[in-house]
Amino acid sequence: MSADWPLWEVFVRSRRGLSHTHAGSLHAPDAQMALRNARDLFTRRSEGVSLWVVPSGEITASSPDEKDPFFAPAADKPYRHPTFYEVPEGVRNL
Amino acid sequence: MSSVTTPPLSRRAGEGKGPAGSAPGGASPEEEAALQAAFDAAVAAEERIEPRDWMPDAYRATLVRQIAQHAHSEIIGMQPEANWITRAPSLRRKAILMAKVQDEAGHGLYLYGAAETLGTGREQLLDKLHAGRQKYSSIFNYPTLTWADVGAIGWLVDGAAITNQVPLCRCSYGPYARAMVRICKEESFHQRQGYELLLALSRGTEAQHAMAQDAVDRWWWPSLMMFGPPDEESAHSARSMEWKIKRHSNDELRQRFVDICVPQAEALGLTLPDPELRWNEQREHWDFGAIDWQEFRDVLAGNGPCNDQRLHRRRAAHEDGAWVREAAAAHAAKQAARRAAPHPAPPTAGTEPPTRPAEQSRQPHTPEHAPQPHPDEPAPQARADEPAQRGVEHSS
Repeated sequence: MSADWPLWEVFVRSRRGLSHTHAGSLHAPDAQMALRNARDLFTRRSEGVSLWVVPSGEITASSPDEKDPFFAPAADKPYRHPTFYEVPEGVRNL
Repeated sequence: MSSVTTPPLSRRAGEGKGPAGSAPGGASPEEEAALQAAFDAAVAAEERIEPRDWMPDAYRATLVRQIAQHAHSEIIGMQPEANWITRAPSLRRKAILMAKVQDEAGHGLYLYGAAETLGTGREQLLDKLHAGRQKYSSIFNYPTLTWADVGAIGWLVDGAAITNQVPLCRCSYGPYARAMVRICKEESFHQRQGYELLLALSRGTEAQHAMAQDAVDRWWWPSLMMFGPPDEESAHSARSMEWKIKRHSNDELRQRFVDICVPQAEALGLTLPDPELRWNEQREHWDFGAIDWQEFRDVLAGNGPCNDQRLHRRRAAHEDGAWVREAAAAHAAKQAARRAAPHPAPPTAGTEPPTRPAEQSRQPHTPEHAPQPHPDEPAPQARADEPAQRGVEHSS
């Protein structure tokens, strides 16, 4: 029964040169069926040139509860951005 | 709610890798208040709420109810139109109608997917629909009596749906909003094909024109009811607007729809069946007659012309499809078992190349059956840039 069909996350590359983007999820008994279902569900109007399907349970995600401490190390390092630095007026191509 | 496990991007009850995100089971009242405050601030700042964020139980329940009802409406909505596929008057119309009905199935799936991110399984939602415990739009309990009804559904029913749904693209819950963006893009084809169909009939023979007018006469009022009860009677409206699930009131959207339809009807050469319809200079809107809310309540209560038929057909389709689901699951299990099984022994030098078992040679180019490694050699690594393919060596 479909109750036992695992959940898959679908990623679509909309055209060459772009990366795959998460489009949604679907149920399918195996990877091959997941790909076929993804084609029928997410690319009915030529929205993609390549598909990935990934078992949802195989994805490890950061926890929203941790987001402040987890991403905090980036917050106090403005020197990683070019705008941190002062450049004398008139200096070009820098 | 906190007992539901939460896999990363989407989730389903009883599935996933353990608790992450969401409120921990025994959150203290202070913690709860802080979470509520963070949620309120995110909604107020027009940020989107995502599946693993903490959210009030009532917010989650409201979304599940609304998204499920929406998903059910999409798949029940396949029925009245699918009835006409075999009788479409031309191959062009038939191909269009099939594509439209297929879209409705797709919309149902986008929405079930969105509902599942809230922790309610697909199977649970379908069970509730089949048991009559979750509703679908009452409009689909009206019959499609003639071919012109297919046009009236596209123009009026899909038109009303679009008016309702465009604001939902900005709904505070991320997965629902994203599903609605996809749906709205596709709906405009539905509306236009209906309008074009009615136009062809309206400009056709006298009988065809009359058929188009009759369809509009029957679908106009039920379409206005699609926006739900008047604001003062709408049970959930105020809270949904506070949560930014809903952006406009029922009456506001209904008025918008009437204003859009009046000139469109005129261009069709058809009339809307409301003698009280007139332009109001002061309001700068069209005034329209009173809606028969008793009829709305009756249909909602299950006494519409087709309630039993729709639900019965839905259940039958689900039961008739059981063998397909079982066969697909059996095939997947067999393939998985085959991948997990040890490989046949390699040939010894000088003997004939071994014939592979028939079932193995059937799919020679799937990665699972790609070159068999020699047992003494280390297994090759699966290629990291092809995540959909799993090397056979890594599956056990």
